[in-house]
Amino acid sequence: MMVPLDPSSKPTSQRRIAEGDTVVVYERHDAMRAVAVLPGAVLQNRFGVFRHDDWIGRPFGCKVHSAASAGGGGARGGKGKGGGFVHLLAPTPELWTLVLSHRTQILYLADISLVVSYLELVPGCLVLESGTGSGSLTTSLARAVAPHGRVCTFDFHDQRAASAREDFERNGLTSIITVAVRDIQGQGFPEEHTGAADAVFLDLPQPWLAIPSAGTMLKQDGVLCSFSPCIEQVQRACEAMRSCFTDIRTFEILLRTYEVREGGLKGATTNEESNAVPLAQKKRKLLAAAETLDVKQNSSSVMVRPCSTARGHTGYLTFARLRVHGN
Amino acid sequence: MAAIPREAWEGCSVLLDINDGDRLAFFRLTPAATVKVGNRTCSLQPLVGRPFGSLFSVGPSGLVPCADAPSSRDDTTQDAADGPSQDETRDNRSLVDNNTAQNLSSDDIEAMKRDGVSGDEIVEALIANSSTFGKKTLFSQEKYKLKKQKKYAPKVLLRRPSTRSICETYFKKSPARTGFMRVDALSLLLSMANVGPYSDVLVVDMVGGLVVGAVAERLGGTGYVCSTYLGSAASSIDIIRMYNLSSDMTTRGPCEAFEVITKVGNTHYVVEVVLKSWAIAGNILISLPFRIVQAPLSDLCSLQNSVDVSSGLNDSIQGEAQEPTAVPVENTQPSVPQPTDTAVPDEKTQSPKEQSIDIDIPEPLLDEHINQDGNSSLDSKGDEDGSSIGPKSLKAGKAPSPERMKYWSEHGFSSLIVAAPGHDVESFVADLLPLLSYSAPFAIYHQYLQPLATCMHSLQVSKMALGLQISEPWLREYQVLPSRTHPHMQMNAFGGYILSGIRIHNGDACNGSK
Repeated sequence: MMVPLDPSSKPTSQRRIAEGDTVVVYERHDAMRAVAVLPGAVLQNRFGVFRHDDWIGRPFGCKVHSAASAGGGGARGGKGKGGGFVHLLAPTPELWTLVLSHRTQILYLADISLVVSYLELVPGCLVLESGTGSGSLTTSLARAVAPHGRVCTFDFHDQRAASAREDFERNGLTSIITVAVRDIQGQGFPEEHTGAADAVFLDLPQPWLAIPSAGTMLKQDGVLCSFSPCIEQVQRACEAMRSCFTDIRTFEILLRTYEVREGGLKGATTNEESNAVPLAQKKRKLLAAAETLDVKQNSSSVMVRPCSTARGHTGYLTFARLRVHGN
Repeated sequence: MAAIPREAWEGCSVLLDINDGDRLAFFRLTPAATVKVGNRTCSLQPLVGRPFGSLFSVGPSGLVPCADAPSSRDDTTQDAADGPSQDETRDNRSLVDNNTAQNLSSDDIEAMKRDGVSGDEIVEALIANSSTFGKKTLFSQEKYKLKKQKKYAPKVLLRRPSTRSICETYFKKSPARTGFMRVDALSLLLSMANVGPYSDVLVVDMVGGLVVGAVAERLGGTGYVCSTYLGSAASSIDIIRMYNLSSDMTTRGPCEAFEVITKVGNTHYVVEVVLKSWAIAGNILISLPFRIVQAPLSDLCSLQNSVDVSSGLNDSIQGEAQEPTAVPVENTQPSVPQPTDTAVPDEKTQSPKEQSIDIDIPEPLLDEHINQDGNSSLDSKGDEDGSSIGPKSLKAGKAPSPERMKYWSEHGFSSLIVAAPGHDVESFVADLLPLLSYSAPFAIYHQYLQPLATCMHSLQVSKMALGLQISEPWLREYQVLPSRTHPHMQMNAFGGYILSGIRIHNGDACNGSK
């Protein structure tokens, strides 16, 4: 279960993988997938063939070996030992964001965490969201307001709403999340939530159309967030917010990640011949040295540098508070 | 049924934003609490019962709510939105800085003040008597107005302390106290550690309690925060008093029984805050809305190896629990001058002294504790630098119950957050990870990159964890105005580094369990 809704459903070291559980199969940091555990079923990937039956009864976080080699070598260290291995992880909203099927552009970790904090969500809150999209943010919103709160999410796309609903059901979140089909830009949020929402999140092509309705839904001092990839959208959204919102702030958040490696660097005394080696070759040498941990002469140390690829832009996040009217 | 209180109440903690961020300070709404705005000392009583987000101005009788006045920041944007384009012909070509533009003298202004002219009226008069005002662009007219308004008609914004506002306040006013942890880094920690309902979160908080408070807020009365510490003395987690952690308890049904616990450290404040709100709620014997416990790392680690946890541990804890410990005096050296305008210290503040208080909520003794402590130590002096409250005497309390400790030793903690910006984290993370349940995520904050790099490397080698990653959030704020949208000219360039990962089961695939 993605979000424990009672104390007994949280994953602990005593919990064992059981039939019907969803596990996140971790191959590498960039290769994971969510799998529902079913008796008799098998998972086949480049590391081999894995029988679900072998997983049942094992703890979450365990390493499982493939029953037979898929012939593709195998995961780290698996080569020649008859098959590779994967790890079986308990699902969390963060892992879900990495494995869910993309039906739309989704929100990622950095944006999600800032949204949840800035919307000031705590257990028991009611939060409205539109659109639902692939449900990446929705799952984190659900964790933030559970076990007593609610997420009401709206998407105008029938099929997308249905797929999202299935996902939430599979992740055990139906008591927290309600999915409805509705064009929020055209119709606004349903009246039943008037003055009841602690927070509203908009990820819409024309957010300014939904902002007046968001204002009616919110409690006093409640927080609105609008996510837009383009600055022109932000511009118009901010104009629309000025009439009844205050504390309007727009942010962009990105994550820079770092890679770590152990190795040695050459000092000034290194002989000249190695200085003549082209840079690319030097690097290869360094890598090889790092891998074998066999660095002579120079003491080896842990070095760190930013990864060279990163997401350059996701969207702008605009937050605003519903203005409190003096009595 | 509200998860978030929307109005300030007697005894709650509030954040006051004076003049649009010029000053930020926490206060406790006690009857005697005052704030100094300009040279006026105003009672905070008018704030009681007012919605968070309300704006106040200083009238002859103290703080008065502004009638539906938007904050000045938005005035700027609103007026500027009316049409910057037709004004673009104006510029600063005729600006001469010779100090003759204002025809009102300071004596004139003093005279107006004596005659009881309101701040807003003085601002209008200044504008009317400025020979250059009309030549300014709309944008700089607004800037001028804002500057004068701050001086002559200060505004006080009542804000609700939450993880967001508390973290931002400390980051802005005394970032060293919270290890330079920016709000986006704190948000990432909470996400990466999967903090959600019913979690048992293991926390090493050496950032004043910011993380413990944030986790407790997210737990909302479910689960536990186990605040562990290195050595024998707990680090201060005073900041948790800024959070109104128990405020939502009136709306929540009974939880299961539990014990509350302080060991060494300031945790007793938590208990008191809770008791106070219970008194308000009249709900006394139900349960605590949140649970924060403290235990030294050595105790937690010894659990890992001891089979008969309950007895041995219990003894050691009770033994320590009897000894009052010295207070860390960190709050006595404020980085800015000690404010004079903060809440009046309650004379009873010093009452809970040396006697060791074991507070065990489900017991009928509770009422006494409320009477005895409920209104002591609760007043919070808001410091101008956002740092909290002077040192108070520390008492020993109780550690987690042996049952709870045993549970954690068998089931593991749901996740781990480490925020020890002055420590070599590698040295103790290897001790902490085995305390987690299998597949539990963890997030380690640091203000320096290298300690995380070595920590990550040693975890890679030890194969205790996977999905290891060091990330650094980059946060940029934008000014959004018609035809004038751009990133802020000044930005914070660093909010901290985070090493995240997932603890894995080390046993071989062949054994079904460890």
